[in-house]
Amino acid sequence: MIFRKYPRLLRGLSLTAAALLTGCQGGILDPKGQVGADEKSLIITATVLMLLVVVPVILMTLAFAWKYRASNENATYTPKWSHSNKIEAVVWIIPIIIVSCLAVITWNSTHKLDPYRPLDSDKKPINIQVVALDWKWLFIYPDLNIATVNEIAFPANTPVNFKITSDAAMNSFFIPQLGGQIYAMAGMQTKLHLIANEPGSFDGMSSNYSGGGFTGMKFKAIATATPAEFDAWVKKAREGKTLDAGAYQQLLKRSENNPVQYYASVTPSLFYGVLNKYVASHQTAMESGLGSVQLASLAKSLCITPPVAKE
Amino acid sequence: MLLGKLTLDAIPFHEPIIMGALSGAGLMGLVVFALITKFGKWGYLWKEWLTSVDHKKIGVMYIVVALIMLLRGFADAAMMRTQLALATNGHLGIFPPEHYDQIFTAHGVIMIIFMAMPFMTGLMNIVVPLQIGARDVAFPFLNSLSFWLLVSAVVLVNVSLGVGEFARTGWVAYPPLSELSYSPGVGVDYYIWALQIAGVGTTLTAINFLVTIIKMRAPGMKLMQMPIFTWTCTWANVLIVTSFPILTGALAMLSLDRYLDFHFFTSEAGGNPMMYINLFWAWGHPEVYILVLPAFGIFSEVISTFSGKRLFGHTSMIIASGVISVLGFIVWLHHFFTMGSGADVNAFFGIATMIISVPTGVKLFNWLFTIYRGRLRFTTPVLWTLGFMVTFSIGGMTGVLLAVPGADFLLHNSLFLIAHFHNTIIGGAVFGYLAGFTFWFPKAFGFKLNEKIGKAAFWFWQSGFFFAFVPLYVLGFLGMTRRLNHTDNPLWTPWLYVACIGAVLVALGIACQLLQIAVSLRDRKKLVDETGDPWNGHTLEWSTSSPPPFYNFAVVPHVHDIDAFTDMKEKGVAYAAPAKYAPIHMPKNTSAGVFIGAFTTVMGFALIWHIWWMAIVGFVGIVASMLARAYDNDIDYYVQPDEIERIERVRLAKLGINVDRNDGQANPAARPSKAKTLEQV
Repeated sequence: MIFRKYPRLLRGLSLTAAALLTGCQGGILDPKGQVGADEKSLIITATVLMLLVVVPVILMTLAFAWKYRASNENATYTPKWSHSNKIEAVVWIIPIIIVSCLAVITWNSTHKLDPYRPLDSDKKPINIQVVALDWKWLFIYPDLNIATVNEIAFPANTPVNFKITSDAAMNSFFIPQLGGQIYAMAGMQTKLHLIANEPGSFDGMSSNYSGGGFTGMKFKAIATATPAEFDAWVKKAREGKTLDAGAYQQLLKRSENNPVQYYASVTPSLFYGVLNKYVASHQTAMESGLGSVQLASLAKSLCITPPVAKE
Repeated sequence: MLLGKLTLDAIPFHEPIIMGALSGAGLMGLVVFALITKFGKWGYLWKEWLTSVDHKKIGVMYIVVALIMLLRGFADAAMMRTQLALATNGHLGIFPPEHYDQIFTAHGVIMIIFMAMPFMTGLMNIVVPLQIGARDVAFPFLNSLSFWLLVSAVVLVNVSLGVGEFARTGWVAYPPLSELSYSPGVGVDYYIWALQIAGVGTTLTAINFLVTIIKMRAPGMKLMQMPIFTWTCTWANVLIVTSFPILTGALAMLSLDRYLDFHFFTSEAGGNPMMYINLFWAWGHPEVYILVLPAFGIFSEVISTFSGKRLFGHTSMIIASGVISVLGFIVWLHHFFTMGSGADVNAFFGIATMIISVPTGVKLFNWLFTIYRGRLRFTTPVLWTLGFMVTFSIGGMTGVLLAVPGADFLLHNSLFLIAHFHNTIIGGAVFGYLAGFTFWFPKAFGFKLNEKIGKAAFWFWQSGFFFAFVPLYVLGFLGMTRRLNHTDNPLWTPWLYVACIGAVLVALGIACQLLQIAVSLRDRKKLVDETGDPWNGHTLEWSTSSPPPFYNFAVVPHVHDIDAFTDMKEKGVAYAAPAKYAPIHMPKNTSAGVFIGAFTTVMGFALIWHIWWMAIVGFVGIVASMLARAYDNDIDYYVQPDEIERIERVRLAKLGINVDRNDGQANPAARPSKAKTLEQV
């Protein structure tokens, strides 16, 4: 036995195996928030339901191929048999039943897990506005008048409402352990509602390729154990600089693996100014609380001219 | 400027890997060139192949291109796996993003457009006219033109390796990343023109084959009696004709954005990138069915032939393929549930997607019941088919999982998604093409492929597939997303190593296939197929010799059954020779396709580099070649009965049929070579 001769090899292998089996740590199978947990159980339900057909098909493939091998003269051979209403009915009906079940699950879960649907909670949600930039994430807390780059924090068990846009190519805003992602697109606003049910520091990323520095477009999402811890984090952020039009233009410059930055205060409605750079809409103006003219001039101040990048 | 944007800086002298690849390819090209010259084969190559309008030869050339592009695309894959195995835990690997991003873009484009599509088109070219008892396609010159347009696009993609760069956008080239403001280089332009040119060729092929199938079937062959491979190709061609114009339109709009300052898809000035993404997938989703439906047809042919049995549920298979084709058009949004369309829209597209698994499931069951009560011979094509049935079931399952929007929010853009579509494209389409390649190789070349090495290739591919892609499923669950240049999560590292081992196994599989071709070529005398029917086939392509004469059928067969050739064999009329042969109307070869293809390459290259005078030269050349062809009246001729009789006499003699007695009856006892062939199988 090779393992008796090399006990260390055996131990090494079993350790690796154990590590691999419990290796879901940090992935989508190790959710730390309600949305992620619901989505995970949806994955498991759907998979089990489909395995009801897939496993028999695989087993039947192998069994039939073996039983009706050419060398097995004992097996029945009916070269002209090619139709059976009974079998046809069964092979159409079984997939239809499974898919019908899945369809019901899909319809209900899609509405329940709609990223735009605010989460039920008696706590007041934290609002965060997100801007995807080349290649970093800008986060604005409109209610607290602070902003950060590549780091967010919020108290655990408190819903977080994200409003997301991009001032670069399309990205996808994704914190795998808290729940699903949504695209960040210039001139458009998408929404995402997440919650952390445990304190912790979770990996966030852009999951949609957006150019050369995309790999380093990562951030941390910190769910604090207590509101007091969150307040301490906000206090730390308040020690930063001011995010005005000039500072924003600096942020627009391409950078890779951008360090965490904090801004003590933010030009009001900056998020809507970014949206308005691309599409001037009445609704954006309404939401921003500024007049259309003011918003347009804010948007203009957030542009680097000319917009065409040089290689 | 005389040369537009083109300067010497466009050649990446400072990149040792690229220069190495280029000089390797150049050296190989030189060797091939020298060998052809040494054996004085240029005239033969030009007259018999390059200018040929024979569907069988065009088909072979398509597959040659596909195999070369498989090597190129696989080289890209190997580089990606190497990079990701090396660039872990703080290491940056060997490829910086500006190079790596071109590699993954090229890998996707090449494998889909320049490997899978030509492979499928090649098999369709060789087989479909033979299966329906036709002497060629409806428009033989157009067929040659389609092929040369593909070659033109292939040339452009490969030139991008040495002159300039390829797109760094991913194979989908989503704006605004693919717009001038984010991708000012020529990479996206190479992408646009290569896809446009190949797309025109593909569309022409589809029209050509639809007309062929509708108008040129042998007498007696009703639509519902067409062989299943022809049927699946028909559905694929319907999909091409309806979906490729969408891609052409989307890329044309992207070109207008990039060349003439339009704003279809820009973020600013009223453009909308979401529109491109919708259009791209309105083509892109039917495209995957274009790839996989003919493969389904191949599996059906293989499994019924080698089970020695009729295909179970022929009609049901045709309907299932049709349902897949139609539904394939109303599911495109499942590629971007995460765009924020709202729950109703997402749920609609999710459910529409999973409904496709119903006809697909039916197909799987029908294959199972074809094996049921058959006599299955475990040949290489059968191994590919069984491997497919197991692998594709898993791929289909993960696909349905991704179609559930709530699940997709977590799995979208992750390596789970990458594993899923490789599971369906490799385990579905590629396995099918490789099965078809082995199955019809004797028909095209007159000798069989070495079984032992073929089986080894299968096992390497199959195990390599699982080693390469199961880790990607796991990595998807671990939260790893696609197109990353390097990683720093220690939990991911072991899986990235395993995936790398998978790539090595697949490489061995590909090596086995090349070896298989070489060894079989060496042993071609031993592997010869003199009957034209090495597998005891069911359909008309096996009724003619291997390789078939240029006119395919000396006498156009009359069809009375789905398994037309089995029916003829049972009635004893399979090898009947007529008292007198009638003249056969055939097209003449033409070089017009080669010239149009060459001028298209010139025009494409010029447009990419903004060399306007050269673009005009290319365009004028295209028009002039077309006019020359249009005014050429010497395009066809009649094969005379005495020539047909000479060719057929040789064939019948090989079958052991006494032609002079001319009793019109095949005598199986007098065909020892045939019986022997069957035993060998």
